[in-house]
Amino acid sequence: MTKVSPMHKEIDKETATSLLGFWVYMMTDCILFASLFAVFIVLKNNTAGGSNGAELFSLPFVLMQTLILLTSSFTSGLAMLAAQRSRIKDTFIWLGATGILGASFLALEINEFTKLDHSGSSWRTSGFLSSYFTLVGTHGLHITVGLLWLAGILFYIYKKGLNETSVKRLTMFSIFWHFLDVVWIFIFSVVYLLGVN
Amino acid sequence: MLSIFSAAEVPGTDRMVLLFGQLMVVGAGLLIGLALIYFKKVGWLWKNWLTSVDHKKIGIMYLVVAGVMLLRGLADTVLLRFQQATSSGASHGIVSSDHFQQIFTAHGTMMIFFVAMGLVFGIINLIVPLQIGSRDVAFPLLNNLSFWMYAAGAILINLSLVFGGEFAATGWLAYPPLSELQFSPGVGVDYWIWSIQIAGIGTLLSGINFITTILTKRAPGMTMMKMPVFVWSVLAAMSLVAAAFPILTVTLVLLTLDRTIGTHFFTTTGGGNAMMYVNLIWAWGHPEVYILILPAFGIYSEIVATFSRKRLFGYASMVYAIIAITALSFVVWLHHFFTMGAGADVNAFFGIMTMVIAIPTGVKVFNWLFTMYRGRINFASPMIWFIGFVITFSIGGAAGVMLGVPPIDFQLHNTLFLVAHFHTMIVGGALFGYFAGIVYWFPKVFGFKLDEKLGKLAVYLWIAGFICAFTPLYILGLMGATRRLDHYDASLGWQGLFIVAGVGVLIIFAGVGVQLLMFYKSIRNRKKNIDKTGDPWNGRTLEWATSSPAPVYNFAAIPTVTDRDEFYRVKQLKLKLPKRKFSAIEMPNNSPFGIFMAGWALMFAFSVIWHFPPTIILAVLGIVITFLVRSFNDNTTYLISAAEVEAIENKRVGALL
Repeated sequence: MTKVSPMHKEIDKETATSLLGFWVYMMTDCILFASLFAVFIVLKNNTAGGSNGAELFSLPFVLMQTLILLTSSFTSGLAMLAAQRSRIKDTFIWLGATGILGASFLALEINEFTKLDHSGSSWRTSGFLSSYFTLVGTHGLHITVGLLWLAGILFYIYKKGLNETSVKRLTMFSIFWHFLDVVWIFIFSVVYLLGVN
Repeated sequence: MLSIFSAAEVPGTDRMVLLFGQLMVVGAGLLIGLALIYFKKVGWLWKNWLTSVDHKKIGIMYLVVAGVMLLRGLADTVLLRFQQATSSGASHGIVSSDHFQQIFTAHGTMMIFFVAMGLVFGIINLIVPLQIGSRDVAFPLLNNLSFWMYAAGAILINLSLVFGGEFAATGWLAYPPLSELQFSPGVGVDYWIWSIQIAGIGTLLSGINFITTILTKRAPGMTMMKMPVFVWSVLAAMSLVAAAFPILTVTLVLLTLDRTIGTHFFTTTGGGNAMMYVNLIWAWGHPEVYILILPAFGIYSEIVATFSRKRLFGYASMVYAIIAITALSFVVWLHHFFTMGAGADVNAFFGIMTMVIAIPTGVKVFNWLFTMYRGRINFASPMIWFIGFVITFSIGGAAGVMLGVPPIDFQLHNTLFLVAHFHTMIVGGALFGYFAGIVYWFPKVFGFKLDEKLGKLAVYLWIAGFICAFTPLYILGLMGATRRLDHYDASLGWQGLFIVAGVGVLIIFAGVGVQLLMFYKSIRNRKKNIDKTGDPWNGRTLEWATSSPAPVYNFAAIPTVTDRDEFYRVKQLKLKLPKRKFSAIEMPNNSPFGIFMAGWALMFAFSVIWHFPPTIILAVLGIVITFLVRSFNDNTTYLISAAEVEAIENKRVGALL
């Protein structure tokens, strides 16, 4: 890579266009989650004789999930920095860490879902639980897609190295991953913190 | 699984109508397939069209699919009108209640999602990159994928006729609890859900694509306030797409979950809330109305300026009106269900907001009229479409303001008055605009003009037929006729008006026939109507600055813009043709990515509808693998050398500069 002075540090036009497009996509995803939050808030008290949030949620468990996800965002940031400095080994390490943390988060979520289902509180139980599983599950689905995407990027970098394309894709992934973090903060507050009261 | 192929017990005439539909779908598919093989055109079609990422070709493909769907939707109209004209008193018409419901549901769904949306995106694709002086859209491959998602939705809705033989009988927005499994156990609602879910995702991707295109791909010098009004209207409509379509996606997913895994979002039991669906679907649905009409406003703005040979009156106010309509369209959704019982304060708010939209819309109408004032108007057929639009749209708009008053709405809710109102807006407003746009830009796309004589005859037939078909519905609505009636008592005295409405539809049909004849005759006589200049109407904006049809790269040299009517300004300067130097142009490669992805999506949807997990898994795997394969393809562009560009440019029949 040639060195450029900060004054002329321009990303090339194609990349800028792609990133703008990706940001617009992120905004549409934001509205998707906003709709699901609205649905959750409407149905929150419709427990239809089933359990409510205070009976079902364990805050320490969710706090652990939250910390794991926040850490994975931090490591994905470190991976970005390493990639921009063309340090391929560091990029791999931090992306690997991001992947492992993301997968652990997902494992915890699946564990929680299964426990709820087995204790007789499934999405079939009530409007409240339908919206709970759908909102949190949609976030989980995004995490799953993110992990698949991450695997694809790792494979790509392994094959082709850190070129412009891989850095561009990594940037988008990073935006996506941070976004999921922000959404999770809202889930943590709206679903869990307000839910146990 | 065998139930896929055999329709449930369907009685007499219904069976014939259904069989006819099945034969049409299967027959048309077979015929096209055989013709392609016979003329050895399969490879040509695949290479030059289906996998093309050229926005102009994608635009044409949108128009073709939308045209076919328009004919299908119109065929439904004939059945509906015939039923209502004959099913009075002792006679019960030709179709059963249940089948009648399926027909009006299919009619609404097809006309909105596959005709109106298809025409909008067709015209946007054809014109926006040319008007902003760009070589293509921001993401050409994504554009191809969007088209195929739309086409996959259209295929799925037609498959419902063949596999299963039933469609939703719920109305075009499938309100629960009727659309829940408990009351609609068949696959009809699932077909409805998935055909618009897939097409909707395609629309969303298109929206993202065009927002990015307009923001980043404009020619140098074209500031936001120098963009043609059509481009502004598209930017506004695409912002609405980006903001509203995710809500549709969520709503459809929730209904799917209710129907497939037993959640309780909109059910009558288990803490569901059916009115939440109605709120959600209209939070998408109202902006959708403006997604359809705003580009039509943009088209009229271009046409009125060109054919009045004047600069558009009040450009800035046009732009602000568009922005105002865009913002307001998100705070009026509740007027679709004032009768929900939200209370006087809420209804008053939404009622006032609804009426406020009439203000920016009125600004636009007056701007068009002032543009015409003291202009040298050329009454070509696009201009006549416009005049027809102003009249019908003003009537429909006034009816809309009436419906926006909650106490009046309480009386008119769910009557034919409402049906007449929204048809006035979508047919007399949006559809007339698309037709005008197609006639106006046809020479740009195909290189020859359409037959003006038949074109004008078509406009007059459409306007006359439209007025004849929908005025009776306003009256019937005021008399208390509810919408979606398949039978009424003879003593009500409605039959005469229903018959008049039926005659109106026949006149519209004649109009469509004349339009088809117009295309046929114009193509046959294309040598006579050839457009050598690239500028057949004395146009004002950049799309007319290149040849007709435009070369694959649109502009050999990207123009620099200094004026709103840039091309008109350049023409006034009467510049001599400068000796031009050409440089090589990089263009995106064609790719089958979009067609594969949409194919997997179609397989996914079809498998979910029929609850068949193996192919669901296969489709998901297919999507992942297709993505992976594409991401390793670094060879995504090709170069047109300077010599080739020069050869193409020299072949231009009449260079303008």
